Amino acid sequence: MATYTIEGATGSWEVVIGLEVHAQVISRSKLFSGAATDFGAEPNTQVSFVDAAFPGMLPVINRECVAQAVRTGLGLRAHINLVSRFDRKNYFYADLPAGYQISQYQHPIVGAGTIEIELADGSTKQIGVTRLHLEQDAGKSLHDQHPSKTFIDLNRAGVALMEIVSEPDLRSPEEAGAYLRKLRTILRYLGTCDGNMEEGSMRADVNVSVRKHGEPFRTRCEVKNVNSIRFVMQAIEAEAKRQIAVWEEGGTVDQETRLFDPGRGETRSMRSKEDAHDYRYFPDPDLLPLVLDEAWVAELQRGLPELPDEKRARLMREYGLPAYDSGVLVAEQAIADFYETLARGRDAKLAANWMMGDFFAALNRTGKTIETSPVSAAALGQLIDLISDNTINGRIAKEVFEAMVETGEEPGVIVERKGLRQVIDTGAIDAAVDAVLAANPDKLAEFKAGKEKLFGFFVGQVMKAMAGKGNPALVNEALKRKLA
Amino acid sequence: MFSELTLVAARDGLRRKQFSARELTGAFLGAIEALNPRLNAFITVTPELALEHAAAADAALARGEQGNLTGIPLAIKDLFCTAGVRTTAGSRILEHFVPPYESTVSANLLRDGAVFLGKANLDEFAMGSSNMTSAFGAVTNPWTRQGDNAPLVPGGSSGGSAAAVAARLALGATATDTGGSIRQPASFCGIAGMKPTYGRCSRWGIVAFASSLDQAGPVARTVEDCAILLTSMAGHDPKDSTSADRPVPDFAAACRRGVKGLRIGVPREYRSEGMPPEIEALWQQGLGWLREQGAEIVDVSLPHTKYGLATYYIVAPAEASSNLARYDGVRFTSREDGADLTELYEKTRAAGFGAEVKRRIMIGTYVLSAGYYDAYYLRAQKVRALILKDFTDVFRGVDALVTPTAPSAAFAQGERMDDPIKMYLNDVFTVPANMSGIPGLSVPAGLDAQGLPLGLQVLGRPFDEETVFAVGAALERAAGFAALPSMRAEV
Repeated sequence: MATYTIEGATGSWEVVIGLEVHAQVISRSKLFSGAATDFGAEPNTQVSFVDAAFPGMLPVINRECVAQAVRTGLGLRAHINLVSRFDRKNYFYADLPAGYQISQYQHPIVGAGTIEIELADGSTKQIGVTRLHLEQDAGKSLHDQHPSKTFIDLNRAGVALMEIVSEPDLRSPEEAGAYLRKLRTILRYLGTCDGNMEEGSMRADVNVSVRKHGEPFRTRCEVKNVNSIRFVMQAIEAEAKRQIAVWEEGGTVDQETRLFDPGRGETRSMRSKEDAHDYRYFPDPDLLPLVLDEAWVAELQRGLPELPDEKRARLMREYGLPAYDSGVLVAEQAIADFYETLARGRDAKLAANWMMGDFFAALNRTGKTIETSPVSAAALGQLIDLISDNTINGRIAKEVFEAMVETGEEPGVIVERKGLRQVIDTGAIDAAVDAVLAANPDKLAEFKAGKEKLFGFFVGQVMKAMAGKGNPALVNEALKRKLA
Repeated sequence: MFSELTLVAARDGLRRKQFSARELTGAFLGAIEALNPRLNAFITVTPELALEHAAAADAALARGEQGNLTGIPLAIKDLFCTAGVRTTAGSRILEHFVPPYESTVSANLLRDGAVFLGKANLDEFAMGSSNMTSAFGAVTNPWTRQGDNAPLVPGGSSGGSAAAVAARLALGATATDTGGSIRQPASFCGIAGMKPTYGRCSRWGIVAFASSLDQAGPVARTVEDCAILLTSMAGHDPKDSTSADRPVPDFAAACRRGVKGLRIGVPREYRSEGMPPEIEALWQQGLGWLREQGAEIVDVSLPHTKYGLATYYIVAPAEASSNLARYDGVRFTSREDGADLTELYEKTRAAGFGAEVKRRIMIGTYVLSAGYYDAYYLRAQKVRALILKDFTDVFRGVDALVTPTAPSAAFAQGERMDDPIKMYLNDVFTVPANMSGIPGLSVPAGLDAQGLPLGLQVLGRPFDEETVFAVGAALERAAGFAALPSMRAEV
């Protein structure tokens, strides 16, 4: 991978990036209360007295959220801390009912791990994960419902989040994008977060600094709450360029929190270090230290699904697929499952080509996903079978596939209804060959005079005469015989 | 006469149908009506609810169903959330707060048939040792000095609970103890009060002051009455992660165990300079009573006691500063509108909190701040561990400790108000039990020269309230405390 640099007036600059990802835990109820967590419910309908911080209410840890954090830690090949602790992060805001967020500051549930990212040129890179900790989400302030009032929706208040912090190992917007996509893939495989950035169930804070080659780190800025991978990549570039301009003009970059404005493609200051909150962290006295049983962690480990890296290696090994194909097919678990259903007992490479070619193109064109695909793995498999057993040829198969996308019918039904079965009757093929040769005496003469390129012309004419249904191998064979 | 009854005696009377729960409750409601205007022990009286509870108790008794507390009229400290009944925590900011839920401890009492008379006054958010900080007015101690009618404080923060029981306005009351708030008012009011082990009673539904120290417990006329109340109040609660999953013993039975063969420790560090000689004398007398009943008295040392109060006044305000952040004007509190959110917070909290609460929020915010955390909060937690270690070490050699409960008898209302440090010194003997989580009981043991009650404190091993009750009951029997406050109901 060529090193990504930004050229400034004083030379080239390296960009240093670390990501803090907030991933909403998939769980039926909140981190410390029994209230539901469904997205999109009517405001303030999923709020318990604990979430609203009524007097005397106490948090009780939700075991399922803990299990999800452990699963995620295991999926990131990270160290699981058998003893962790919850702290209070104190600050006042109208959508933070208790006046503090319960988080894990000093003793997170998950320690160091790694994520392997794959880059466009096929290379891979190990990105360090510093830690993962559990914390509560806040509620939502709605400023646009009334001219002078702010409305508060506490449905989200208390929902479990995993904050996943990377080492400053990323060096380009592309690497940051690859990291986020890979993390999202892993979370989705694990079923611990749906990774849906549009709904806010995955959000990223981006730490960016720049430096000249070989220098230690310079001051970083944090760009808060970026809500798509594309914006993360844009924000990094914009922020890096801003910092380079500051340094090159003889200024210094101040550590601060910034916001990315996608409309203007720039970051702007949100609060400086001096204005930074003093969160007055201290251990939450309402909660005992979280102590995990080693056997329980082992049980969760055994229950983990096959993860993308392992699945990719297995597809290469078992199906003989190239690394690129395997990488594409494991991007989502459902795609990989689809592929494996399709490839079982069939030509694995032919199956991969069909999926990555016509099938993905059809999904894209129709705006469908693998889950809502009009063509099932079984149906696509039947189509491949019809090619393999010479019922139809490859060209007709594309026509059948389009009909399958449109009607949802099985390929055999379409082939019969449209009479697309390929002709393997050598008598009929010979007759078609004879008719084509008879109709083109001049071309035949040229061929015989040595213009062998015309063989392709004859094949085309025969296939056309047979409405595309001739078996290509038999047509070739008949022509060769007649032209000999 | 109902006012002469202990809880045990009232329970017997109900069982024998000598009177009904409605008669008993009616008598106490009458007493409250007569005396509460002078004592201000109740913030809210709930006569209709009380009579409803009493009617249900009579129905149960008629069916032959008698729970541990069926028909027993109690006062509930206004820190316990009571469903449908205003719960103020003694603060202006919760003046109109009516919880839609019942605290676990008060629900346990209702489950066992208790009758709730109303909500007892307290220092604001339980912060105080005099009940002078209540937004609903000071509570007057039913006791007065001989020949002096100056109103005295009942102690705090459970001053309303203690005054109500002492003046015979209730057979018992719930209370909470964060640094001595059960034991010190019990001592000042000549009654018994038990702070059980941290985790023995659920904190769910109790307005939090300092979560790692707060613990609910009973105050009542006698040690056995406290034991009976605690049996109902205690128990594991899955809604409180710090509540202990342990069976609740028969505490009342423990009161009859006696002290023969027990080793009683006397911590030399509690012999502070400037302790009134009559308190020192009473302490010695108490130890003598126990020796006479077969206990062995042993001198012990708790070397970190002297840091208890200082560290308490770091830990408790730190937790309080965070616990009280929720009273922000946004949801259930009173609200003072402002031009923006910050102004709403400032005006609401300026108007809603009293001076002592503000002082503790500021101290707590300060000790948790960046740059001060290590020097204050973290160091206080380390000292706290040493205080616990002192007790753990000592309890390897003794079964219980006996000390005075407070360094003085009740003082006059308005005294010590200008000097918070002097006020905080009230808690010097009680705070170590909170810092270490161990149980502590105050037993009325005698009177000072001015005729005011003095209590002795019994401390025990974590979750060994039974030994504490046994020692407390032995002291109570020997002391034969029969003095009566000047203000008391006679119904």
